[in-house]
Parts: sequence; structure tokens; C-alpha cells
Amino acid sequence: MSVIYILWLREVKKYFRSPAQMVGTLGSPIMYLGVLGFGLGSIFQRAGEGSYMQFMAPGIMCMTILFTSTFSGMALLWDRQFGFLKETLVAPVPRVTVMIGRTVGGATVALCQGLLIFLVSLIAGFRPAGLFVVPLAVLFMALVALVFSAMGTIIGSSLKEMQGFQLIMNFLVMPIFFLSGALYPLRNLPGPLVVLTHLDPLTYGVDGLRGVLTGATHFGLVLDVLALVGIAIALFALGAWRFSKIEV
Amino acid sequence: MPEPSPAIRVEHLVRQFGDVKAVDDVSFEVRRGEIFAFLGPNGAGKTTTIRMLTTLLPPTSGTLQLDGLDPVTQRDEVRRRIGVVFQDPSLDQDLTAWENMEIHGVLYGVPKAERRARTEQLLALFELADRRKDKVKNFSGGMRRRLEIARGLLHTPRVLFLDEPTLGLDPQSRNQMWSHVQQLNASDGVTVFLTTHYMDEADRVADRIAVIDHGRIVAIGSPAELKQRTGTESLEAAFLALTGTAIREESVGATDRMRQAGRMWRRDR
Repeated sequence: MSVIYILWLREVKKYFRSPAQMVGTLGSPIMYLGVLGFGLGSIFQRAGEGSYMQFMAPGIMCMTILFTSTFSGMALLWDRQFGFLKETLVAPVPRVTVMIGRTVGGATVALCQGLLIFLVSLIAGFRPAGLFVVPLAVLFMALVALVFSAMGTIIGSSLKEMQGFQLIMNFLVMPIFFLSGALYPLRNLPGPLVVLTHLDPLTYGVDGLRGVLTGATHFGLVLDVLALVGIAIALFALGAWRFSKIEV
Repeated sequence: MPEPSPAIRVEHLVRQFGDVKAVDDVSFEVRRGEIFAFLGPNGAGKTTTIRMLTTLLPPTSGTLQLDGLDPVTQRDEVRRRIGVVFQDPSLDQDLTAWENMEIHGVLYGVPKAERRARTEQLLALFELADRRKDKVKNFSGGMRRRLEIARGLLHTPRVLFLDEPTLGLDPQSRNQMWSHVQQLNASDGVTVFLTTHYMDEADRVADRIAVIDHGRIVAIGSPAELKQRTGTESLEAAFLALTGTAIREESVGATDRMRQAGRMWRRDR
């Protein structure tokens, strides 16, 4: 337990010590909120869908969590390059505790970033249903963070070099974002897109968070929670297995 | 009364990679409390042997004993008894010296009070006490090395492995580092197993030396014995007499490339 805690603490400490990184990663979500939110707002409204800011803000919170948690998982590659990974892998502790400490630490950092974007969106004009929904919203954000930091751990354990990073970014992370329904409603989509959006784990995160914050949900909160929990468990198991295979 | 087991006992050790025998029927013993140097040209089998002794690689055949324990079947017990300073740095540069020590102590299950006390003591010994709250990225190469050795000693290991610990250090830092290691060896009685390419270092600090080449031990004895046996004046000459003067080429794998990239990064910073 203390091993999990100290490795979790390491991730969190590093996050709070680099405000530049903290602010830097907020750049693109703020741009999405500002430019898309106001740029597409009137068209969205005219199409009879209501406020685009209300619709999109939960999606952007999820996007921030997706990016941050995937990156923190991939920081494994970084630790491998700088050697610290070895220090943890040769210690007389089960690998799975190392993996859990790192991954939950990464998820915590991502959750913090998500909450920051929540605050930013309030400034941009987003209005949640009320204060009482905040705890449930945090739960959804945490689930999304856990799912994708586990995914990051799987990727980080499987790649040997940083070169694969761009590939993962363009062919996995961006599609996950664009197929999640963060930017458009899931209704009346063409057939192939329906399939893809339903296969995307982030879809359930976006839908759940949107449901909690604004009351509009496509699948229903129960299905969203069940899907996220199931995916998180599966990815953690796969991540622990991949992590146990890293050679030192 | 039976004699206590040696710190390290290796018998007929073999490690094969495909058809290549990286380590070929190696046997030796390291006595408790001695400083033992393991020398050899690149690709001679040094690192492979260290990897087997430190539980990172299972042997193909033969037996290994560390403090009387088997690194294959008693992995975690062995890990608790050894301190390893790798060829490549393995510190977290974004954390402070103290935090690096703290994480290590927790990973090795050192109780809090002991962890704190021993960290104080080791940082003082390695002359890092006043920099304890500085991030490692602001440390010089010599300081980082000292911190790694201090960290490797935190859980009071029986055997300390130092794999080319002075690589890339200036003579002052090297000198200082070995003084500290010798001091600890004398006071704590920790057994030291080291590799280096600097023969003067081995000559100065090692009680005994094993020379390995092409996966086999070609000579073993005190520095004086090796010089005497080869009829040479210096350990460097003895080493060349034992292993020849041909240059060894190593194949470059993914790990090496990554290591190189890491080094370049560190230099840029």
C-alpha cells in the first residue's frame, strides 16, 4: 500500500511543481471552448439543438482528461529513457503495485486538469444544472481518467521508443476524441459512425458527464457508469499484464 | 562449525542468447566484506553476469548464490540484500535528492524512522546533505553518481553492485567517489562488486580481481598476483596481456540506441 501511495504521490508532486505544463495543456481545450463554442454556437442554436456551449463543455472536459491521462501513461517511455523506471522495476515489490501507483497517479493529475477546465467553462458561460451535481460529475471524470491512464500504461509498456508517439496520437487518441460525441449529438448519425461511436469508451464518459451536468443523456447514466467501470477493469488488467512484461 | 556462505558464489554459470554463449562456464566466489572487481573488454560477459546476479536475467544453466540465496527462486529476498548502481542513471531528475531516497526506502520496505535516519547519515557521508532539497536535474554528474550510490545503500544491502559507476566522471569526482565507497566498505563491511574500464581504479580499490573474456574467466587474484603472473608492471598491462589488444565491436540494439538518446537529452538540458 505504501508503495502505491509513494508512486502516486510522485506523479501528483510532479504535476503541481510544473505550472508551465499545467497551463500549457490547458491551451487547446480553451481554444475549443472559445473558438468552437462561440463559432458554431449560432448554427447549433438555429438547428434547434439549444446552446452549443452547454452541449460541448462536458465533451471538452473529457477531452482534457483523455489527453492528460494518456500522456501520463506514456510518460513511462520518458521514465524508461531517463532510467527511473528501472529503479522501480528492480525493487522487491510486486510489479502490479508499481503499475497501480503510477496509473492512479496519472489519473489523479488528469482529473485535476478536468476540474480546471470545468472552472474555465464556467467563466465561458457554461451553466451546470446545480451545485449538487458536482460530486457525480467528479465521479464520471475520475472514471474517464482511470480508463485512459490505464490505456496510456498499456501503450507505454508496449512501445520501446518515443517514435511511436505521433502514431498513437493521430491514429488512436484523436479518433477517440472525434468519435466520442464530444462535439456533435449521437442522434441520426450514418451507420458506420454509429458503430464506431458506440465502440469508443470516451463516448460513455462524455454522455455520462453531459447527463450529470446538463441532464441530457443518450444512453442513460446507469449504462454509462457500467460501461466505464467495465472498460476500466479490463484495461487495468491488460495494463498490469503488459507492465509485468517490461524487460529491464 | 560450518563456514558462513560467501557473499557471492557462482558455479559453472552459463547464459546463452540463441547460439551465442555470452557467459560460458564461469565459476568464482566473492568473500564477505571484500571489494571485488570484475574486469573485461566490452562484450566479454560482465553485464550479463551482473544481470544474472541481480535477478534481472535467469541463467541458462549453472548455479548462483547470493548471501546463500538463489536469485531465481528467491528473487525478492535477494533484491532486498543487494544494492545496485546501474551503468545508466536511474534517478528521478524532477525530484529532490531527499525524495529520491524516500521513494527508494519505501520500495525496499525500510521503516520510516530508520529511513529518515539512514538517509541523513548517507547524504552526509556522500557530501550531499546541504543539497538534499535540490532537484537532481541541478546536480553535477559526480553528485548524481554519489546520490545513486547513497540510494543503493539505503536499505543496508549485504552486497553493493557498481556497474561502471565512474563512467564520464572527472578524476576528482572519481577519486572522491571511491574514497566514500572504501570508507563504507570498512565501516559497514558491505561487500562491493564492481566493474570498470579504468584499471587504475581497480588497482587502487579492489582486494581481488576477476578478468573475464569471451564469456570465460581468464584470471582471478589480487592486483599484485595478476601483475606477477603476467610479468607486468601495471594492471593495465596485465589486463592487455590477458585479454589481447584487439578492439571489440558490440552490436547495437534498441536499448543502446535509447540509452544514447537519453544521454543526448541529458547533455542538452
